[in-house]
Amino acid sequence: MADQDDKPMAGAKPNLPPLSLHVPEPQFRPGDDVDYSNVDIPPAGKQPRPDIGATPYDMREMVYDLVRVLDDDGKAVGPWDPKLKPDVLIKMLENMALVRAFDERLFRAQRQGKTSFYMKCRGEEATSVCAAFALASDDMVFPSYRQQGVLIARGYPLVEMVNQIYSNKGDKLKGRQLPIMYCSREHSFFTISGNLATQYPQAVGWAMASAIKGDTRIAATWCGEGSTAEGDFHSAATFAAVYNAPVILNVINNQWAISSFSGFAGAERTTFAARATGYGMAGLRVDGNDALAVYAATQWAAERARTNQGPTLIEYFTYRAEGHSTSDDPSAYRSADESKEWPLGDPINRLKQHLIQLGEWDEDRHAAMDERLANDVKAATKEAEKNGILGHGLHQPFETMFQDVFEELPWHLKEQSEQAARERAKKWPE
Amino acid sequence: MNMIEAINSALDIMLERDPNVILMGEDIGYFGGVFRCTAGLQEKHGKTRVFDTPISECGIIGAAVGMGAYGLRPVPEIQFADYIYPGIDQLISEAARLRYRSAAEFISPMTVRSPFGGGIFGGQTHSQSPESLFTHVAGLKTVIPSTPYDAKGLLIASIEDNDPVIFFEPKRIYNGPFDGFYDQPVQPWSKHPDSVVPEDYYRIDLGKAKIVREGEAFTVLAYGTMVHVAKAVVEHHGVDAEIIDLRTLLPLDIETIEESVKKTGRCLIVHEATRTSGFGAELSALVQERCFYHLEAPIERVTGFDTPYPHSLEWAYFPGPIRIGEAIETLLKD
Ligand SMILES: Cc1ncc(C[n+]2csc(CCOP(=O)(O)OP(=O)(O)O)c2C)c(N)n1
Repeated sequence: MADQDDKPMAGAKPNLPPLSLHVPEPQFRPGDDVDYSNVDIPPAGKQPRPDIGATPYDMREMVYDLVRVLDDDGKAVGPWDPKLKPDVLIKMLENMALVRAFDERLFRAQRQGKTSFYMKCRGEEATSVCAAFALASDDMVFPSYRQQGVLIARGYPLVEMVNQIYSNKGDKLKGRQLPIMYCSREHSFFTISGNLATQYPQAVGWAMASAIKGDTRIAATWCGEGSTAEGDFHSAATFAAVYNAPVILNVINNQWAISSFSGFAGAERTTFAARATGYGMAGLRVDGNDALAVYAATQWAAERARTNQGPTLIEYFTYRAEGHSTSDDPSAYRSADESKEWPLGDPINRLKQHLIQLGEWDEDRHAAMDERLANDVKAATKEAEKNGILGHGLHQPFETMFQDVFEELPWHLKEQSEQAARERAKKWPE
Repeated sequence: MNMIEAINSALDIMLERDPNVILMGEDIGYFGGVFRCTAGLQEKHGKTRVFDTPISECGIIGAAVGMGAYGLRPVPEIQFADYIYPGIDQLISEAARLRYRSAAEFISPMTVRSPFGGGIFGGQTHSQSPESLFTHVAGLKTVIPSTPYDAKGLLIASIEDNDPVIFFEPKRIYNGPFDGFYDQPVQPWSKHPDSVVPEDYYRIDLGKAKIVREGEAFTVLAYGTMVHVAKAVVEHHGVDAEIIDLRTLLPLDIETIEESVKKTGRCLIVHEATRTSGFGAELSALVQERCFYHLEAPIERVTGFDTPYPHSLEWAYFPGPIRIGEAIETLLKD
């Protein structure tokens, strides 16, 4: 290896080959041509659908397979076809398109200086929207930062989302969280943490609590493939398996963790779904750009959890079609063609083709829908802007800074709150 | 009751009173915990209320955050305070901030119990006093009892509290108060008035210190094991000190401290934890800020040394009677 010193280490035995360290390297870097022929994509419809009571041992091959429903012609095939009614499919399509429209506009809003930060989920819309469709609306979700699709699918008002992103006086999180770190108890959507993977053991704990109380609700959580390397992931998997917790552990393998390709989380050696096998948990590897496969896998895992047959780890094989966040320039570390050439296509396009193939949809209706959604998002941002944008003075009252640290304000925070008030009076005399 | 029995009684009562209270931790179920604090509770309250966990502090605290979000009141036990570190991100970044970051939509009403402190030949991994790591974090409460009576009342109040509480149990005094004169036999709790513990429910509000001994010469601020050591040393020297057991480090009872130091004009701070950036530094700063014109001598701090806790040299490390005695002399010099 060129990057290693070829002079053997002093003290190394001359009769033994020097050891060498392997540092993973992605296949393509900027300027490289992309060739995905080594990505094994089995034909849609060919994957078995085990009974929801199947033992993890009996379904262990599935963690290396790739559950797919939509074939190249947009037909739904095989045992995983959830056989959804056209109106449900259209709703799903619409929600995914709304997520994309929202992302487009709010990304631009960040560029216009209306907020500090934004994160898109382009290419990954199915992994949140279709999963949300397959869950009950009161199943608790413990999302990461790319699951805006769950909130949208659950009908959370767009204006509330924008208020949060703008940290304005309408933000019900009182301007305390980074943009996109939403929270809505009413929508069973847990507060998002910036510390990766922390939501994993929390979701398992929530699911354990639900089981302790004899409730019927289950929990689901999401993390990126990069985050599976965090200890929290493994603690959560252990707890989930040990207590047979009614939880779905979703890993969104979008190939990249900022600039680190999935090899730095172990993808060169095995799949992320295969992590399940070692814990004795059911595991599925699923085409994350196939809306029907995502729905079907979640439905399968949810039914399994709800009937006390335990947790499921689902790896969604997908691609992050844009930068990590507004602070990222992916052209600095990956080939420009990667996204274009992604062999599993685009999730919205694939569902659209399926509906067209069914005779339930057409290009004109799609274009009209996109226009309507763009207008809805625009109207929501205009509405939210009345409450202010980041840094333009229309923020929460100062004293809110000291609230909610504890249930009651202790003396030291009372004193500091008074100090903030004194400073404010000096800085901004009325 | 000794302190273990008092803690057991508090847990038993809270399991009985509130169906949302659950206990979990390594070895706490069938076996009743390595210090036996949860003995008999699984048998009495069932396996889904009191259960063993994998050896995963991150999992224990992380799951407790999720359980709290559900509406339970988890009381996780961390077997030794030294092992809280693998779970510390879940405490600091998650439990502590949940209320704040969700604008009170989600709370984390957990009480993390953990034996802490040295004096039992536990070596560097069974002896630490990490309390100042937690008092430094916005959103956590830190409680440390020094008697069986207080342990029960404070633990009940902690479990009823809607904020995350770190409840450190000074393991050196689980079975009896310790005077710091380590070569003398230790009396069991049964000889101590604070071992008279009502069987029933009672609570001691968090944030209220206790004046253990009234006096005029100087004020001692201490907590946990060091309350007893300080008291024994003060009596040994025949000085008329006022001893305050802080009981809760956060929220801190600043009024009691201020009143006492203004009265005595001198202040001695005693804790077992390492000195640099220890909680004594915070106490010293507060006393200086609030009582400066009443002080007749510099504030004295008696603490552990800034080394890991040594095994064979435990008694050289321990802030015992000699170190405290010297500090008293300095404090009263003029
Ligand atoms: C504990 C922790 N370490 C590092 C970071 C910084 N960070 C934020 S996102 C990210 C990459 C995450 O990648 P992945 O889990 O694959 O999710 P993706 O962004 O691809 O959806 C990193 C390293 C963090 N937020 N938290």
